[in-house]
Amino acid sequence: MCLAVPAKVLSKDGAHAKVDFGGGVVREVNVSLVDVEVGQYVVVHAGFAIQVMDEDEAKETLELWQQIFNLEPEGGGE
Amino acid sequence: MSFKLSDYNTAKLIIKKLKELNLNLKIMHVCGTHQDTIVKNGLDTLLQECNIEMRQGPGCPVCVTPQKEFEEAKTLAKEGCAVAVYGDVIRVPVEGGSLADLKAEGYDIRIVYGAEDAVKLAKSIRKPLVFMAIGFETTAPTTASVLLNDPPEKFYVLSCHRSVPPALDALLGMGELKIDGLIEPGHVSTIIGLKPYEPLSVKYHIPQVVSGFEPLDMLVAVLMIALQVKRGEARVENEYTRVVKYEGNTKALKVLSDVFEPSDSVWRGLGLIKDSGMKIKRRFEEHDARRVFEDELKQLDSVEFKEPLGCRCSEVIRGLLYPQECTLFGKACTPTRPVGPCMVSVEGACSIEYKYGRLNVKAASNKS
Ligand code: SF4
Repeated sequence: MCLAVPAKVLSKDGAHAKVDFGGGVVREVNVSLVDVEVGQYVVVHAGFAIQVMDEDEAKETLELWQQIFNLEPEGGGE
Repeated sequence: MSFKLSDYNTAKLIIKKLKELNLNLKIMHVCGTHQDTIVKNGLDTLLQECNIEMRQGPGCPVCVTPQKEFEEAKTLAKEGCAVAVYGDVIRVPVEGGSLADLKAEGYDIRIVYGAEDAVKLAKSIRKPLVFMAIGFETTAPTTASVLLNDPPEKFYVLSCHRSVPPALDALLGMGELKIDGLIEPGHVSTIIGLKPYEPLSVKYHIPQVVSGFEPLDMLVAVLMIALQVKRGEARVENEYTRVVKYEGNTKALKVLSDVFEPSDSVWRGLGLIKDSGMKIKRRFEEHDARRVFEDELKQLDSVEFKEPLGCRCSEVIRGLLYPQECTLFGKACTPTRPVGPCMVSVEGACSIEYKYGRLNVKAASNKS
């Protein structure tokens, strides 16, 4: 039940927004728990957007991984 | 999105690094969706080659809900309320019958997709509606939100929400299983952030990493734990930076604390855990099923519920047992005829193993 799926915000109307889950699946979700603009991605759980996710964050993930791969296990620590 | 979250070469690189580190580790995670990623992609088998054993802990909200709470919902249905539940709740076996059995007898049990659905339903019917609200911090804000938004008069919430960090504390405190690291649930952490985990790293000197749900997210999280172990560190790190912020979702946290207060709560498999429940605050008492129907529910206080005969969900929930080690698994207990909740919920360890057909796999070949 903690499953949450990313979706793109198509339009907003007060506490609700139309979002696109991809593959033509468009639903209305509650966006009152986040600050989101049209065009951004949200993570949706049980009909509510629970966080905003954007593509820069994806870049951040790759950078984080790169850092980890470059870490020497013995280095850096005490 | 174009980032490479399932790159085979990256996976190979991580496995190579893990082998070089040459550690013997037991890592627990507490999320059904993580377990799905692990089993679907055979990550546990892959990690065994690196002497790393993966265990699912109490990460299935439906599985950790004790029988008494299902019985509360049944009682209120028998009292003439409509009862709205999430889809994987209705078939959970309860002594004397599941909610589905009750529905078959003609009682009004409905499946809803979320709290807003339940409110819509309440508006469309005459009789009182009780929403059995199950879920961790990921789901609880959605229930809180509808309570804050002027729900209909005869809409009641049976709060079965629970909080993950106190359960982790209880589990680590039991010390039944030596756990070298914890992978924290990505979507619970989306709401609560990293801070609530920090005391655990201090108290138990255990590395913790919040992880995303792609196979590579999880392998990277394992590597992050392994690197911490190698260096003798015990910190909370975030692998799921594209969604999880250090402070969590502050808007959702505010909504949570407006509506709920911590209360002691019983978990299946773990028993009573201090401050692990989410009780509806007095301000919303006219929507709190436990307050409004106090008299009807009182009789359940003295009832003792027995676990289904032969079912070992309690041990599965504590990460002590693999589903395949239960003698009923795949035989007397299957998704069509479940004996315990772990075979019902999509997040239950037993149902996940069954779904991917690992009926005889000894996932625990290097078990000590
Ligand atoms: S296989 Fe069935 S009976 Fe055994 S622990 Fe899992 S849910 Fe319980």
